This record gives sequence, C-alpha cells and structure tokens, in this order.
Amino acid sequence: MLDKHKKIERNSFLLLVLTIVAVSIGGLIEIVPLFRVETSIERIEGVRPYTPLELAGQKIYIREGCYNCHSQHIRPLRDEVERYGHYSIAAESMYDHPFQWGSKRTGPDLARVGGKYSDEWHAEHMINPRSVVPESIMPAYAFLSKRGAKLHDIGKDLKALKIAGVPYTDEMIKNAYWDAMAQANADADTEGLESRYGEKVNVRDFDGQKNMTSEMDAMIAYLQVLGTMVDFKDGQEGE
Amino acid sequence: MSSEGKVTYNDDIVKLFTIATVFWGIAGFTVGVLIALQLVFPQLNFGEYLTFGRLRPLHTSAVIFAFGGNALLGTSYYIVQRTCETRLWNDKMAFFTFWGYQAFILMAGLGYLAGVTQGKEYAEPEWYADLWLTVVWVAYLLVFMMTLKKRKEPHIYVANWFYMSFIITVAILHLVHNVHIPISLTDTKSYSVWSGVQGALIQWWYGHNAVGFFLTAGFLGMMYYFVPKQANRPVYSYRLSILHFWSLIFIYIWAGPHHLQYTALPDWAQTLGMTFSIMLWMPSWGGMINGMMTLSGAWHKLREDPVLRFMVISLAFYGMSTFEGPLMSIRSVNALSHYTDWTIGHVHSGALGWNAFITFGALYYLVPKLWDRPLYSKRLVNTHLWIATIGILLYIASMWVAGIMQGLMWRSYDEMGLLTYSFGETVLAMRPYYMIRALGGVLFLVGSFIMTYNLYKTATAPKEASVKGAVAC
Repeated sequence: MLDKHKKIERNSFLLLVLTIVAVSIGGLIEIVPLFRVETSIERIEGVRPYTPLELAGQKIYIREGCYNCHSQHIRPLRDEVERYGHYSIAAESMYDHPFQWGSKRTGPDLARVGGKYSDEWHAEHMINPRSVVPESIMPAYAFLSKRGAKLHDIGKDLKALKIAGVPYTDEMIKNAYWDAMAQANADADTEGLESRYGEKVNVRDFDGQKNMTSEMDAMIAYLQVLGTMVDFKDGQEGE
Repeated sequence: MSSEGKVTYNDDIVKLFTIATVFWGIAGFTVGVLIALQLVFPQLNFGEYLTFGRLRPLHTSAVIFAFGGNALLGTSYYIVQRTCETRLWNDKMAFFTFWGYQAFILMAGLGYLAGVTQGKEYAEPEWYADLWLTVVWVAYLLVFMMTLKKRKEPHIYVANWFYMSFIITVAILHLVHNVHIPISLTDTKSYSVWSGVQGALIQWWYGHNAVGFFLTAGFLGMMYYFVPKQANRPVYSYRLSILHFWSLIFIYIWAGPHHLQYTALPDWAQTLGMTFSIMLWMPSWGGMINGMMTLSGAWHKLREDPVLRFMVISLAFYGMSTFEGPLMSIRSVNALSHYTDWTIGHVHSGALGWNAFITFGALYYLVPKLWDRPLYSKRLVNTHLWIATIGILLYIASMWVAGIMQGLMWRSYDEMGLLTYSFGETVLAMRPYYMIRALGGVLFLVGSFIMTYNLYKTATAPKEASVKGAVAC
C-alpha cells in the first residue's frame, strides 16, 4: 500500500484530484438529501414570507450582528421549552435567508420573542437596555429610533429573495414600499397589506413616533413576529 | 538564500506575509480584548460602529483569515520552495496574491464596521468581497500547484499535501457557502440562496471545515515543516503521515452537523455528524503524535530552545482541543455545552494554543532566516511563551467554569419544579469569569507585543552584528 502511495505523492495532479474526491464524499451525502424538502421540512400552516417592514427589520438585525449573541432556535429540551416556548421546527425558518439560528446565547433566545413584550418595552430596551434589564450587557441601539428606515427600494430585496425561492408575488414586490409604510401606521388603510400577508399581520406605530417610520419601527416589527406565525394550540406538531 | 545552491528563492514575498501576519495578529488580538471587555463593561460599546455585534466578526475574521491566513500563505510559499527545491512560480502572481489578500481583508473589515455583512458566522464578507477573494484564491492555487509541478524533488513533501488540501477545500467551501444574490450590482446587500435548515447545515459544513482545513490542515502543513526543522530531526513516522492525512481530510468533512444537535436538522444527519466527530479524534491525535514524537531523541533541546517549546506546547494544545471537540459533539454533552461559553473556551484553546503558538514558533524560525540575522533575544521568546501560556490558561479555565455553570443554571429547577434562574441572573453570574477571560486576553496580547519587539530588533539589527554563517541552525 505504501508503494502505491508513492505514485500519488509523485504526481501533484493526482494528489489534487484524490483530495477533492476525499473531501467531497461526506458533504454530498449529508447535504444533498436535505434538498428533497419533503424529507426535512414539514409544511406548516401559518408560515409566510416576512412583510417588507419585517424584512427591513431583519436586515437591521443582521447588520448589527444580533445573531452573535442571540440564538433563534429552541431545542426540544424541558428547560428550553419552558423558558422560551415550543421548540423550533424547520418550517419556521424556511424563509430566513440566511437562517438565524445562531450558536451562542450571551443573551436569551429570540425564536419566540414575538408578542412576549410590549412595543414600548422593546423600544426602551434598545435605547437603553439597562433601564429595563439591569443585568443586561447588551449595547445600546438608540440611533435606531432617530433614523428613518430605508424603505423606498425595499421591493428590490423582495425581488432578490424571490430569485432565492421565497414565494413573493409580483403584487407584493410592486406594493412593497406602501405595504411597509402602512404596517407602521396605525391609521393606514391596510386592506392591501392584509390581503397579501394575512390578517394576523401586526399593524401599528411600533416605536411610538408618529412623524416617521424609523429603523426602530422595522426592528420591533421583525421582533414581534418572531415565532408567532405557527399556532401551536391548533395541535400542529413539527417533525 | 542563494547559499543553499543555484536556486534563488522568492523570499521577498514571504517577508511581506510575515510582516502582515504580525500586524494582523496584533490587530485581531486587540479587538478580541476590546470585545471581551465589552461583555464586562457594556459602556465600552461606542456609538454605532464599535458595538460588540459589529466587532465580533471583525475579531474572528482578523485572527482567522488575516492573522492565520497571512501566516498560511507566507509559510506555504516558504516551504513549497524549500521542499521542491525550486523558485516560486510566477513572481508577479505571487505578489498579486499578497496585495489581493490584504485588499480582501480591508474590504471585509471596513464592511463589518459599516454594518455590511452576510450575517453568516465566519463568512461575513459580502458578495463583492467574496468574488474578489475567489480571484485571489484561484491565483494562490495556481502559484502553489505550478510550483509543485516544476519541483526538482520527485516526492511531494507531506507538508505540501496538507497545504494543498487546505487550499482546494477552502475554495470548495467558499464557493458553495457563499452563493448569494445581490439586490443590485450597486448595492452591498445580498441574500443567501440557502435558507432555514439547509442553510444551517451548509453553514456548519462550511464553518466546521473552516476549522478543519483552514485552522487544522493548513497549520499541520506548517507543523510538518517547522517542527522537524527546529528539532533537527526527521518526521517521526512516514506511514502515520499518510494514514492521518487521508483519514483526517476524509472524516473532517462529515463532522459539521455536530453544531446542530437537537435542532430541526433531521436526526440521521445529527447522528452522522456526532459519529464522525468522535472518529475524528484518531486522525487528529495521529498528527499530534507524529509531531510530538519527532522530538524523540531530541527532548533535551526543549531545555535550551524556547522556540521549540512554542511548537511543542502548540501540539499539546492541539491534542487537548481535538480531544475536547469530540467530547462536546456527543449529544448529551452538547445539550449542556451548546450556546454557552464552553464553546468559546474550546475554540480559543485551539486558536490561541494551537494556531497562534505554532505560528509564533514559525515566525521565530522564519525572521532570522529571512532577514539573515540571529534572533535578537531568546530570553524574550521565553518571556513571551510564559505570559501567553498563562493568558491562555486563564482564558480557557474561566470559560470552562463559565460555560458549564451557564448550562447548569439554565436547566436548574427548584423544588417547586420551576426554573430556578431568570436569564438575567445567569448573565450576572458570568461577570467575574468574563473579567478573568479579558485578563487572559490582555496577557496574550502583551506577549505578542513582546514578540513583535523581538522580531523587529532581529530584522533591523545592523548586518555586521551577524557573523556570516552564525545564524542558528
């Protein structure tokens, strides 16, 4: 066998090819079957693509690197389910490009943070985390409420996501800006928004600043929808 | 250089990479200390650009891809020339890989500060930086392969097998993981085509093999050249090299799913990941044993040679963290360790103990050779060694305690059957350990300043001071 190896270590091209073969096998066997989606993701009622405003919030979440300290994945372990809620199922993150499961909990898991705290709490928490959670070591994100959310071309984001496989319709893309503005305005006409994203969509002035749709609005809209799309009381179970 | 024969090696390129390695090392360690302190004193999050969320990717990229990457490219160029007895293929392209790589680092790093990120751990650079890196990496592969091709030595030395597997596998990982759709060609933002559970598996296939091929295979290439050179002994076992090379690269690729235990990833994939992670223990220790035993018959050299000491301690840390890794991949252990600081401690015993220490050893070997002057001070090498070792020990010991405590507190129940601790209480409990960790980081950083001074004094010493041929080894 050692003699045979002499052939390999005298031929740089052969060595390269065999290396590629050796490192490809494991990856192919593990990854390819996952793309037969029916084997890994059970379709669950309620999971929908993010609204344009929620998507703008997710962009900020990623921009600020929130995933470095907050996971979005609850494991089926007794304490986690009690602390955070029903364990996460695959369908719930199928429209996250990229997934936000995270790997570290310097702060708590956020997979089901939606609806747990009021909008005011979130705004206050991001402006000055220690005013509501004295032990917190989170950075302050006060600038989010002073800056308007970049929504005028959010339709382009929907378009890119459509190419990536998220079922945004042309109508959703066309109305993206107006849908975003409507969601953050308690007095807006939300008929179109609700017809496109469902009646459960949270519509309100998330940051309490009437005169602008801020990054804080987008961020809170995103946080408030996390983990709320699937109604587990209906007896729907994952896996 | 030319004194070794007719071949004149391209050492200018190695010098550039050496300087860049030291520079980015200091930068990356400094940011590391800052973010460690931010976790104790959140007031140290300054404004919008210098928050933990933006600086943590800056730290990981700076130490892995800037410090580690420059060390790998530089040493691979040094080693491939010596072991093939030929000059590097195409000087111009080699210089392009240097400046191209530095440009990539700047593009990525400045992006993070501005909030430009793909949001994937260890693959944060956005699409335009990724495309640029692809060009640079292809040039690197070409320079390396073409140099191998024109070698005068019939056999390809084992260090080069490892470097080659590192270059080609990182290329594959990079290309598959970073398939992104930019929202427009004038916008920095893009969306990953991978999402949800598939995205998670591809992330950790990528992430774990960044560890496996960037931080392991590549650095083993370094080890296979510098340890035998510094000890002045041949590699312990040729058979073991073959065995552990092929088994290491074959098995590593499977281990990624151990990052996804108890998630929505199908169970069979989790089990495969765990099984292969445990199997990985063997080839990892094969490499460690091959390195360590290279010293057999030369153990006494450890007494007088602090550079060799760096290399041996690095192998010890390599052995320790490749034992800890399989342990943490076992499901029931992972249930406790995942999401906690235990993982952070584990990573740093590998990154500081193994990657940085073998790099320091290589730097202390290279600088006197490249600048043709004797090492300025062995005593300072020793000082560096001990300060850095104490720093690492403080770091990993505090993170073991913190991580295990965190995991236990999260799952602790009182006699009423209720969770004992709020999340906030567990954050508060981490404070002293985060402080000790930061102190460990400071010591490690101080050590690297001592090294920088020592290497600077070496490289800038007046030429006359070195009697011709008096260079060690």
